[in-house]
Amino acid sequence: MLGDVTFGQYYNARSFLHKTDPRTKILLLIAYIVAVFIAQNFLSLAAVLVFLIVAIIFSSVPLGSVLRSVKAIFFLILFMFVLNVLFHVKKEGETVYFWVVTKEGLISASFLSARLILLVTGSSLLTLTTTPVSLTDGIESLLKPLNLVKFPVHDLALVMSIALRFIPTLANETDRIISAQKARGADFESGNIFSRIKALVPVLIPLIISALRRADELGDAMDARCYTGSKNRTKYKKLTFTFRDIVATLFVAALITGVVFLNIY
Amino acid sequence: MRVVAEKLNFYYDKKSKNKVRALSDVTLTIPEGSFFGIIGHTGSGKSTFIQHIDALIPVQEGKLVVGDYDLSRGKKTDKKKLKELRSRTGIVFQYPEYQLFAETVFQDVAFGYKNFNKEANDEQVKTAVYGALALVGLGEELANKSPFELSGGQKRRVAIAGVIVSKPEILILDEPVAGLDPVGKRELMSLLHALHEHYVKTIVIVSHDMDEVAENCTDVAVFSEGKVVMTGTPREIFSRADELAALRLDVPVTAKLTAALKRAGVDVNSDFTTDDFVSKVAEIYKKA
Amino acid sequence: MYAIEFQNVGFYYSSTDENDVRRKNYVLEGLDFAVEKGAFVALLGRNGSGKSTLARLVNGLLKPAAGKVSVFGLDTADKNNLFEIRKKAGMIFQNPDNQQIASIVEDDIAFGPENIAMPREKIAAAIDAALKATDMEKFRKSEVAKLSGGQKQRVAIAGAIAIEPEILIMDESTSMLDPKGRREVMEVARTLNKEKGMTVIDITHYMDEAAEADYVYVLDGGTIRLKGTPKEVFDKKEVLRACGLELPRAALIAEKLRRAGVPLSPDILDTEKLAEELCESLRKN
Repeated sequence: MLGDVTFGQYYNARSFLHKTDPRTKILLLIAYIVAVFIAQNFLSLAAVLVFLIVAIIFSSVPLGSVLRSVKAIFFLILFMFVLNVLFHVKKEGETVYFWVVTKEGLISASFLSARLILLVTGSSLLTLTTTPVSLTDGIESLLKPLNLVKFPVHDLALVMSIALRFIPTLANETDRIISAQKARGADFESGNIFSRIKALVPVLIPLIISALRRADELGDAMDARCYTGSKNRTKYKKLTFTFRDIVATLFVAALITGVVFLNIY
Repeated sequence: MRVVAEKLNFYYDKKSKNKVRALSDVTLTIPEGSFFGIIGHTGSGKSTFIQHIDALIPVQEGKLVVGDYDLSRGKKTDKKKLKELRSRTGIVFQYPEYQLFAETVFQDVAFGYKNFNKEANDEQVKTAVYGALALVGLGEELANKSPFELSGGQKRRVAIAGVIVSKPEILILDEPVAGLDPVGKRELMSLLHALHEHYVKTIVIVSHDMDEVAENCTDVAVFSEGKVVMTGTPREIFSRADELAALRLDVPVTAKLTAALKRAGVDVNSDFTTDDFVSKVAEIYKKA
Repeated sequence: MYAIEFQNVGFYYSSTDENDVRRKNYVLEGLDFAVEKGAFVALLGRNGSGKSTLARLVNGLLKPAAGKVSVFGLDTADKNNLFEIRKKAGMIFQNPDNQQIASIVEDDIAFGPENIAMPREKIAAAIDAALKATDMEKFRKSEVAKLSGGQKQRVAIAGAIAIEPEILIMDESTSMLDPKGRREVMEVARTLNKEKGMTVIDITHYMDEAAEADYVYVLDGGTIRLKGTPKEVFDKKEVLRACGLELPRAALIAEKLRRAGVPLSPDILDTEKLAEELCESLRKN
């Protein structure tokens, strides 16, 4: 049952990080990414790592779940590592281990990989501790200033919210259509790539038709509930900053100061 | 083909810590030739079970034998055999009209036949498709229409034709009359009877409508929370109205009336079909 | 003033045939009826009889091609009335999966109140009341996708009544539910009707659902063929069958029993009444 899979990788808990305002988390993630990029040596990266560990502890997400995101892109990291080693531009006086592999090349490749791992883990911490719904709320709220330049922030948020709402429904439906066509002898597993793509037609067409039908009905349902666009609406949920947001902000400020200091040091 | 399940267990998300037990120790025989009714609440395991019969869900624990195909855990069934099994068992899902995809009714119905009979020539395909359409009461003039132009009831018939085109020996239908109007329901049920008499040996229907089950089925199994809690003929099952009520399941109107009459000291010993109930009651009335 | 009034209403979809001639395919023609405030009306008719079109005419999702539809005196053809009309006439649909816009129950129920610009403090109270009326209080923070069909439909009702409409239109809202879900939804609709005086238009295929309504309308071929109390309507068996409908199960059995010579009164519609009379006549002998 595809539909039972909770969308995204949200880890259900009630930790400090879970309770932090989504806007704070989004902004602080951006600050964190900046910190990772301005870190120039291993010492400052170590500071980032310490910060990350503290954040993981504050999130009560098991380490395994956090590292899953690294596992997902393990081969990408490996590939980048190898490329960096192979294409390292050799300078005078570098220690050559063998062929083109130099000590400096290995160091710079490791540095890059460490950066990548820190980036991915940090970002996944946001999606692990924030439901897609509140993530949408956070993005909407942060983008609000764009309203001034007539950017349809509210409509965008509504579209995202509806998309999130319908992912499990459509996943379930896909599951059912696949089963139904399999029962009629459809084979999705054999043949070359082209015949496999062709085999998907009997799944995709009903799915698209059904999505259109759902959209139609949903449109009626929204009209019936007095939806007239984003004007003159109130909003039930209001995001409020608490002391947690201040604490979290201070932590990140400390991180950036630390990284800058350690860079010079 | 007979279906024999013994101690069948199934879990969704088996590996995760919040796995859901969908079937627990399901032991059940669907005899060849029966018009078998499966009843139970939504989420009682009915749908999971019927998908096992068509090998759409692999057996996790326990035994399942469909005809000569042993689908039990640990038995390896090769792809060819699996396909053969699927052609000999048909399954019509809920609201099957939502699976139609082809440009014409003909192509949609032909899909299943061609999948199972890769070597078939055009003539054979034609014969099979027109045969299936005739069986569900649709004329050849519809064959070149788009399935999406048809009425709801016609679409459902096309979907059923698309399953029976491969000449299954067992036809499983999940809530075949859901969403149809009274006439549509009656017509579809009599269509299933005609199929059962002349074409498909065994019919299995999953239904919420107890009156429908009482009127049509030869055997019934009651599912509750993943278990089979009762099996028997409609007469046996619906005379246990109290137990069904304890499971918060309905009983046919005839069974409700029989229970009320029994409380008043009148025993009506019918098989719970309307006709039999009426004639038994009339008999009692005339005798007294 | 009537809650809903149809005056000689017609509706057609236009299409072009092979010769490029525009055709008007009439779905509804000459509809004339009025629904009193607080009535529970069941609308019956075979698939394709125009029931859903009629429902969509009430709250102005569709506009009549001929005649006039008014809701508490407001003409649905006037664009400026639509917002008011939809505030007064809430509607829920057939497919329990296609009506919620938010993933979480309370967020979804808030949608209507937000649309009518209800102040934030009042929205919470409106959600509370709507959840209470639909017996869904336990599910306030639940994910919509994880609810059963009956629960989703109750969320849909909660979403509709959160803006306190006076009319609830149910467009085959129980047809995709199992018996338990159907009972729950009908229970909610009946309670709203009895306790809050809400006018209910229930479009359905279930005859026993119709048997419990105040009035039954039978739609066929685009017009209302029968109209009256359940007893009056189900008394006209021949017309009913010609319209592709059936008697409620208990009435059907009663009819067969009468034909087999068991004396029963002619207006039995529900199982309880039939059981009562049967016990009496079988015991008497």
